Amino acid sequence: MTEVTFREAIHQALTEALGDDDRVFLLGEDIAAAGGAFKVTDGLMQRFGSDRVRDTPISEQAIIGTAIGAALKGLRPVAELMFADFTGVCFDQIANQLAKYRYMTGGQAGVPVTIRMANGAGGGFGAQHSQTVENWFLNVPGLKIAVPGSPADAYDLMLASIHDEDPVLFFEHKSMMNLKGALAPDREPASLGRAAIVRPGSDVTVVATQLMRVRAEQAATVLADEGVSMELIDPRTLIPLDVATVGTSLEQTGRLLIVQESPFGGSWGATMIAALMLDRFELLDAPPAIVCGDDTPIPYAGVLEEAWLPTVDRIVTAVRELMRR
Amino acid sequence: MTNTDDDREVEQAAVPTDQLLDFLRAMTEIRLFEEETQRLFMANLVRGSTHLCSGQEAVAVGACAVLRDGDSMLCTYRGHGAVLAKGAPLDRTFAEILGKAQGLCGGKGGSMHITDISCGAYGSIATVGAHLPIAVGLGFAARYTRTEDVCLCFFGDGATNIGAFHEALNLAAIWKLPVLFMCENNLYGEYTALHLTTPIDRLADRATSFGIPGVAVDGNDVSAVYQTVASAAHRARAGEGPTLIEALTYRHKGHSRADPGRYRPKEEVEAWLARDPIEIARSALLERGVEEDALNDVHQDAEARVRAAAERARAWEEPRPESRLQDVWA
Repeated sequence: MTEVTFREAIHQALTEALGDDDRVFLLGEDIAAAGGAFKVTDGLMQRFGSDRVRDTPISEQAIIGTAIGAALKGLRPVAELMFADFTGVCFDQIANQLAKYRYMTGGQAGVPVTIRMANGAGGGFGAQHSQTVENWFLNVPGLKIAVPGSPADAYDLMLASIHDEDPVLFFEHKSMMNLKGALAPDREPASLGRAAIVRPGSDVTVVATQLMRVRAEQAATVLADEGVSMELIDPRTLIPLDVATVGTSLEQTGRLLIVQESPFGGSWGATMIAALMLDRFELLDAPPAIVCGDDTPIPYAGVLEEAWLPTVDRIVTAVRELMRR
Repeated sequence: MTNTDDDREVEQAAVPTDQLLDFLRAMTEIRLFEEETQRLFMANLVRGSTHLCSGQEAVAVGACAVLRDGDSMLCTYRGHGAVLAKGAPLDRTFAEILGKAQGLCGGKGGSMHITDISCGAYGSIATVGAHLPIAVGLGFAARYTRTEDVCLCFFGDGATNIGAFHEALNLAAIWKLPVLFMCENNLYGEYTALHLTTPIDRLADRATSFGIPGVAVDGNDVSAVYQTVASAAHRARAGEGPTLIEALTYRHKGHSRADPGRYRPKEEVEAWLARDPIEIARSALLERGVEEDALNDVHQDAEARVRAAAERARAWEEPRPESRLQDVWA
């Protein structure tokens, strides 16, 4: 079976969406003539024309506002914000306009906008280009948040986001762009709100997304050699958050570890733990554990960033400790 | 003759008397609507805040009169007049302000978010300037789907100092989008005088940095507003891009319910009250030979409609508490 990279998977999904539906169009900084800062949209302008794949000024508020207005008239905009950190520039458009339009108008119209952006640390981009800012939006009802952790999930969730009737923030981890994986024709396509059991196991439940999912998979191999059977679950979307699948896993394992890049406070991992403590406390044989990024901005130097970002070793160590409790 | 030619005709001829009477009717209705809203407030029937547009009716009515089916309109939290001028029903607009189930937004929006997409009123947006980029998108969709539709976007003088204004005008200009940027310059950004916040007097001049036309118009002369907006709409429908229009007008009241507006010089207020847009239209109609009785009828009819609408709205049900959980997603 041929494998594709994470980048190619998203490219393929965008190609398919543009080919299938004239209402779909792409807009963002450097996405058309240059093919995107991460080359995800390379060649799409040449194929679909500059009406449908459009370069914009460096104007994040205008990009998101334009997508909102176009969606209200029935189009299916896919807006790119390049680095996810730049949502700070257009926070009002996302949190006050996009998220609330359907609700404030009593359901008169939805806003089917997909916002693509690159998140995540590990590339030496420093404090303003490396964050997992999906956590900023957990407290904004009206949005959906996709955080694909494999090429197949990226492909499926991109199409699901574009087809969804509501706004979706779609995060593409910049350290995963060259990660390879199969688009198996017989797979069950990922959908918004459904976790994946990436690797079944019976001793401990580990929940992780994106780069942390990749590292947790490596940790699972190490732990298997030690006789620890680790179940790895990827929620795949943070809103809606599939707590139920993790709860079901805990019925067997009784032990929970969350692995995330971001600091603890106000994060999806903290939310997941809180939800499980409220509803499934009786399943836990040990206190839940979490491996996080430090409570600091993300540093630049290689040794500093490597120390900041949770490693395979830290995950393995955390599981070992959890198994002793 | 195409519709685009209609717009061109408008610029050249005086507004017909029948149409001016329609404008007077619409402006009177809005004025009385706002006065009734104020009374409902005093009776403690309205929550939060409200921002009345009394004194600025000619801008809403003159501009919205240019629009036709398919066109869209966005406005601000001072938007009762614009939404009514675009065709929203009086009773369901009152009902929204009163937080009723039959309100245009089911009671989820309120005074600052009145929206009626069925008549082209795509929203009242209450973070200053945030709707200008959305107007760009409504204009973009019109071009993308190869229609001649335009988007009319009202905003205040204060919004010209926020980043979204500049991003929106710039993008609309480079993509030549059919957006009519309608600045209602009432000389105060919320509580603060324009000259304290803005280094120029003529906000229309800001258009030059985007390479688009900027036009100032007497915002209390409904016919002048209509003709200016019609001219901009003609350009926009022909694919020639956006226009920035600055309508010079004045708030008769303070910024919001809590604000008596004492920071405004008495002479300034009196001078503007003497240029009441409704009185200006009445005088023009009298000059054209319309009987005073006919004009009084306009007022009385509007009063009866507004009163009946408010009574209907007050009698409607409150929303069911469970309805708060609906409309987050499809």
